[in-house]
Amino acid sequence: MIRLKKIYKMIRGEPVLRDVSMEVPDASCCCVLGRSGAGKTVLLKITAGLIVPDAGEVSYDGRALKYGILGNNQEIIRGTGFLFQHGALFDGMNVGENVALPLRERNCIPTIELKERVQNILAQVGLPGSVHLRIRELSGGMIKLVALARALITEPRYLFLDEPTGGLDPVSRERVINIVRSFRAEGGTVVAVTHDLDFAQQLADRIYLIREGVVHLAEREVKKEDYE
Amino acid sequence: MLVASAEFVWLLLRSFGAGAEWRRILPRLSEQIYYHGVQATPIVVFASIFVGLTTVVQTGYQLQGMVPNYFVGMGVGRMLLIELGPVFAAFIVASRSASAMAAELGSMQISEQIDALRTMAIDPYHYLCLPRILATTCSLPVLVALMEVGASFTAIVAAGVLGISQEAFIYGITHFVNVHDFVGGLLKAGLFGLLIGTSGCFFGFRVQGGAQDLGRATTNAVVTAAVLILISDFVMAAMLFSR
Repeated sequence: MIRLKKIYKMIRGEPVLRDVSMEVPDASCCCVLGRSGAGKTVLLKITAGLIVPDAGEVSYDGRALKYGILGNNQEIIRGTGFLFQHGALFDGMNVGENVALPLRERNCIPTIELKERVQNILAQVGLPGSVHLRIRELSGGMIKLVALARALITEPRYLFLDEPTGGLDPVSRERVINIVRSFRAEGGTVVAVTHDLDFAQQLADRIYLIREGVVHLAEREVKKEDYE
Repeated sequence: MLVASAEFVWLLLRSFGAGAEWRRILPRLSEQIYYHGVQATPIVVFASIFVGLTTVVQTGYQLQGMVPNYFVGMGVGRMLLIELGPVFAAFIVASRSASAMAAELGSMQISEQIDALRTMAIDPYHYLCLPRILATTCSLPVLVALMEVGASFTAIVAAGVLGISQEAFIYGITHFVNVHDFVGGLLKAGLFGLLIGTSGCFFGFRVQGGAQDLGRATTNAVVTAAVLILISDFVMAAMLFSR
């Protein structure tokens, strides 16, 4: 279980998150909704250990993330996959190299097996045959799918998704929804921040709404007015 | 200023810290040596021609006719080996490599690629900084040696053109310049390389905003590297060459 306890974060002197507490049970999907600039991405990055909160604690199965000189969260982070809003792919590498990167750098996997796993995961996200494409040759939607493949290739326990369906065509969107659904069905835990109400309502076990830095557990049926 | 200095040292220590897997670093190190060392060779060799020419013209202007010609050779040789070769080569590499590193790492920071490495449990200091810092540290002594050879050769040719006896000039270089001067120059070059690489990575990692911040980072990386070269040049000179 991921637990956020009394998280507080200021950015450039403005409080972005105030006293945020959240719980994400294992094998569940938790979606965070909110207006643009509400602090959803900051919250997701704090949860994944990428941003240090000014106060509060993030813990995974009771083990708190540590920050600073002595902070070593490698063991926890090894069990996570992160889909960035704009993909964050390495433009000096091709699609296959990007997807293979976490496995290649962390594990000693034979090249043949690595190639096979890359092919399989790319086929799963609907991009078979794209291994040799350069990143600059991809559309925004394809970048997101490749980034999702990279997040999934290590078979993580926790999956963090930042706007997973943004910029996707309806077919790719449906594919992403199915991938996330099967990931959760296999015991994975998903934390997603999104504007996509339909995505949240189809997949989320819990929906949190973030408004003026404060997070509320929302009703199952979230309406547009709830954003205000 | 104090905090930035501490962060600079921290980045250097963190990059060389425990946990780096050399078999994974070596391929990236060779890529970086190719860019920061091999590809810098033509410009360093070209610059060495003018460093040699200028040094012999200036030294000849000040000493010719006042001291025996072999003193001119000695002065030029020692100046090239212990001071001008390492410092000029370091300035060339700083302007080329520190800016490139800051721009590359800065744009990776903006596009969240460095965060992406963290989420993959890949240490960005080992993955990105260590090969770059090592590349400039290893490449610069070689580039300095090339510059010294090129500058000395052109100095000998120029000495003849300026009417300084080439035999006496070569005698001054070969009899009064010693291994200690040469090794001292290379040691300085190694330290300059370390500072150039660290400066490029440090300012690249500090980029937070957009294009404007990136521009500032590249400028700061080059300026800081140049200032650190001069400071460390003095420290090394005091340690290695003071009597």
